[in-house]
Amino acid sequence: MLETRKVNFYYGDFHALKEINIKIPANSVTAFIGPSGCGKSTFLRLFNRMNDLIPDTRLTGECLIRGENIYHKSVDVSVLRKKTGMVFQKPNPFPKTIFENVAYGLRVDGISNRSFIADRVEQSLKSAALWDEVKDKLKKSAFELSGGQQQRLCIARALAISPSVILMDEPASALDPISTSKIEDLIHTLKKDYTIVIVTHNMQQAARISDKTGFFMLGELIEYDDTKKIFLNPSKEETQNYITGRFG
Amino acid sequence: MNKKTKQGIAFMIFRILSVAVAGILFYILGFIIYQGAGVINIEFLTSSPTNGMTAGGIFPAIVGTLCLIAGSSLFAFPLGILSAIYTSEYAGNGKVIRFVRVMTNNLAGIPSIVFGLFGMSLFVNTMGFGDSIIAGSLTLGILVLPLVIRTTEEALKAVPDSLRRGSLALGASKLQTVSRITLPIAFPNIMTGLILSIGRVSGETAPILFTVAAYFLPKLPQSMYDQVMALPYHLYVIAVSGTDLEATRPMAYGTALVLIAIVLIINVSASLIRKKLQKHA
Repeated sequence: MLETRKVNFYYGDFHALKEINIKIPANSVTAFIGPSGCGKSTFLRLFNRMNDLIPDTRLTGECLIRGENIYHKSVDVSVLRKKTGMVFQKPNPFPKTIFENVAYGLRVDGISNRSFIADRVEQSLKSAALWDEVKDKLKKSAFELSGGQQQRLCIARALAISPSVILMDEPASALDPISTSKIEDLIHTLKKDYTIVIVTHNMQQAARISDKTGFFMLGELIEYDDTKKIFLNPSKEETQNYITGRFG
Repeated sequence: MNKKTKQGIAFMIFRILSVAVAGILFYILGFIIYQGAGVINIEFLTSSPTNGMTAGGIFPAIVGTLCLIAGSSLFAFPLGILSAIYTSEYAGNGKVIRFVRVMTNNLAGIPSIVFGLFGMSLFVNTMGFGDSIIAGSLTLGILVLPLVIRTTEEALKAVPDSLRRGSLALGASKLQTVSRITLPIAFPNIMTGLILSIGRVSGETAPILFTVAAYFLPKLPQSMYDQVMALPYHLYVIAVSGTDLEATRPMAYGTALVLIAIVLIINVSASLIRKKLQKHA
């Protein structure tokens, strides 16, 4: 589903990602772990080209979704981003109503059919396990929701544009344990319809929710394998050291 | 001296100073109301000056000032807001943009009389508008342009980047992000800048001196190519260069009071709109 071939990425002179090759299967959860600054978030942002927004950056190698090179000249970045939803570290709802937050992606896509939008908003909120909590206050500001609800709203917002891939950049790191477990349950149910890639600092979280895990260190993908294998029997010493907490 | 007493003394000084500042403002306002309120009546507000400007009202000057506020706003607001959107959302931080920004700041520091001279040379003479509302409005517009640009830029900068990224990540274009997210969120703060600039426009005398203001013109303007009287210039005239200064002194305070009232009314209505907008956000 997602694939990179010999990807190198630079911030100015800083070599942030080194020769990364990976193949991520569809309808699975893949977690990236590694110490701060190891490049895992940078790597995640390659797949919806959010790194394009950062000035003075450079990419070599190929980055493919379903076999298509997403950095090819003919690729329309907004179309790509509609196919790859993203959830950020801190919940970032727009200062609009709950309904309008979820409808936003559809509206900027030029869709104006009211009943279609209303249906899609409902579906998305249901998929994000938020519908029951907000169905009576869709016209209220998104800021009235708790942090955990806001993050699920952001997930619903990403689902509304029917992506095939969902990228999550530490989606639960700003949340309390209960909200975190709700998000984790949600990720578990979403994987049957979506390919999910999640960056996390929390190794238990990676172990709990992911099918595959990639361990990054200093811009290199040290090891990438089934989550069970990574946590029970890693083949690299660095991975072993990291997951046992010897550094990081 | 221990920490607590030190802090107490410091806060006491701050308190005295802020009360003093507020006191000065209230004293000025109170003084003008006290001196000017006596002459304010319907006739003063709705009739033209008579008897060599020693009697009658200031209606033409009120109309003139409102024309200039409207004219300069029509020119400076769209231009200023659009260029601020460009410099802060699109242009990045290259050398040219930094230079433009420095120049904008410098422009804000130029004395207003210089703008008056510039307006006279460009709009009145070269472009041939003559002394007219359009020449005065353009001159005042240029005067407040840096203020509008600066405050709009600051307002846009205050919008968290996470919201821009959230919008872009949903496939919105840059233009959609600006028009649907950034600008609406920044709008209340942009309005603060617009209010400030209206205050500036209505009070400036030097830029209108050579471009629009009439010494005495009881007739109301028929088009934007006409001259008008304006409150700040009229105030100057009846305060220092009229025919009978003693007699017109109360009228000068009355004029000042009207000028302050206009700015105040615009400010209050703008902040009411602002509050309403923020509630909707």
